[in-house]
Amino acid sequence: MTTTTRPGFWRLARARAAIELRIFFRERDSLIFVFFFPTMFLLIFAALMGATDVTQGMDVPQVVNYKQYFLPGMVATGLIYTGFQNLASQIPVERDQGVLKRLRGTPLPPATYFAGKVIAVYVVSVVQLALLLGVAQFLLGIPLPTDAHSWTTFAWVFALGAATCTVLGIAFSSVPRTGKSASAVVVPVVLILQFLSGIYFPFSQVPSWVQTFSGFFPLRWMAQAMRSVFLPDFMVAQEPGQTWALGTGALIMGAWLLVGLALAFRFFRWQPRKDG
Amino acid sequence: MNAPAISIRGLFKHYGSVRAVEDLDLDIEQGEIFALLGPNGAGKTTTVEILEGYRKRSSGDVSVLGHDPNHAHREWRERIGIVLQSSADETPLSAREYVSHVGSFFPNPRDTGEVLESVGLAELADRRSKTMSGGERRRLDVALGIVGRPEVLFLDEPTTGFDPEARRDFWTLIEGLKRDGTTILLTTHYLEEAEHLADRVGIITHGELVALDTPAGLRGGVDGAIVSWRVGGKHRERKTSTPTAFVQELARKHGKGEGEIPDLAIRRPTLEDRYLELVGHAGRTEA
Repeated sequence: MTTTTRPGFWRLARARAAIELRIFFRERDSLIFVFFFPTMFLLIFAALMGATDVTQGMDVPQVVNYKQYFLPGMVATGLIYTGFQNLASQIPVERDQGVLKRLRGTPLPPATYFAGKVIAVYVVSVVQLALLLGVAQFLLGIPLPTDAHSWTTFAWVFALGAATCTVLGIAFSSVPRTGKSASAVVVPVVLILQFLSGIYFPFSQVPSWVQTFSGFFPLRWMAQAMRSVFLPDFMVAQEPGQTWALGTGALIMGAWLLVGLALAFRFFRWQPRKDG
Repeated sequence: MNAPAISIRGLFKHYGSVRAVEDLDLDIEQGEIFALLGPNGAGKTTTVEILEGYRKRSSGDVSVLGHDPNHAHREWRERIGIVLQSSADETPLSAREYVSHVGSFFPNPRDTGEVLESVGLAELADRRSKTMSGGERRRLDVALGIVGRPEVLFLDEPTTGFDPEARRDFWTLIEGLKRDGTTILLTTHYLEEAEHLADRVGIITHGELVALDTPAGLRGGVDGAIVSWRVGGKHRERKTSTPTAFVQELARKHGKGEGEIPDLAIRRPTLEDRYLELVGHAGRTEA
């Protein structure tokens, strides 16, 4: 028998990623509620209270207004939406519809399915954040960092944060019982984390026990690390312990990445529960 | 003599106290079309999904193309085609994109255009599966099952939702696959489908194989004919191995003056009669 042209890992991973992207960008729901959402929210909040001075009453060399403060939160939101919320609510639908079961019955190596998801998340996130930052700078006049150091931080926080969110999204996809209930299960988790992690208002205004509590989850550290990128250095004074805590952030995100990997491997299901 | 494509020995599958499959023995030869018939819940899908590697068996030996499906690996999957019983796959991909994507997993896939043509979706190749009717989507399922050029093809109720014409076309497709040497295990509710396509038919009820023969063998059975007539406005039916003597007897009893028995008919038993007898239906409830 001649089986000389068996496709390799990367070819299949790329093919999966291409299909995932096609599906993502053709679904109106994922376009609006995942892809455009952070940009839409930034525009809405900028219109509502963008000029509010978040440094009022502080002894600071320059004023930071709300829309600038809000931007790093929306960057982190983009990552958690595209990585976590998108996958955690989409995979259960694929599972219910039998897409996963069908794939499982083909020679596609399971690892390439996951690789395709990860690649697709990175591609969507890059485009999504480019749009967000473009709108921020050119439409809203929010100053973006110009130094290499900030962008280096941005790059590794982006890479690590997206990986953590993706792996946790895949792991969490085993929680919803059905595809129909998935959004209802996933969205509140993200929303609560966002509020606790100081996405929607200055983190210094969050009670300290909430700051501590949210510190157990990766979103707080993603948001804090992104603030170190997009806010002036003196704003570090507003952070808990007057530090950006990039090292702690990296550790917590890395820990969740490993926990997520273990959970995903242990609990991922290719078939609906009833389908034993 | 080649080894059978599918071999099942002493297969049991229990879900808690529910016995889905009871001591099943079956060989399906290479190139054979085998139809598994039985009422809902008889254990057809459980059996097929054990062979496909989706379910673990409670006990017994199973081999498909010489491999245990419990230890499915990529090389084995390349030789297997699966059309699952239920799929509600609503992707925004077109039929062409989906078939060519799944084909790309295989070392030697069929040409996408040919596959779509053969399942009658050539005209709908660029339609998204979301917008297809149930029958069209089912044909897409079949296309996805055969694109990898499988040696063994599992079809779990493939023609549910087909109109009669689509079913005829599907039969032609299956006959074509058989000519190429594909071994096919088919489950179906449609007796005429089994009768038309299958080399052999197995009838399964309550997880047990109660009959295994060619369609002609099953139909013929031992009993000769079914005689039906009407008496006092009521339809009567009798299976008999001596139809001529039986009709003479009837004529004496009910023939009245002119010797005609109302609505008299004598017919050979169909596969359906045999099937209903085996699965224990009193009357004919399924078409």
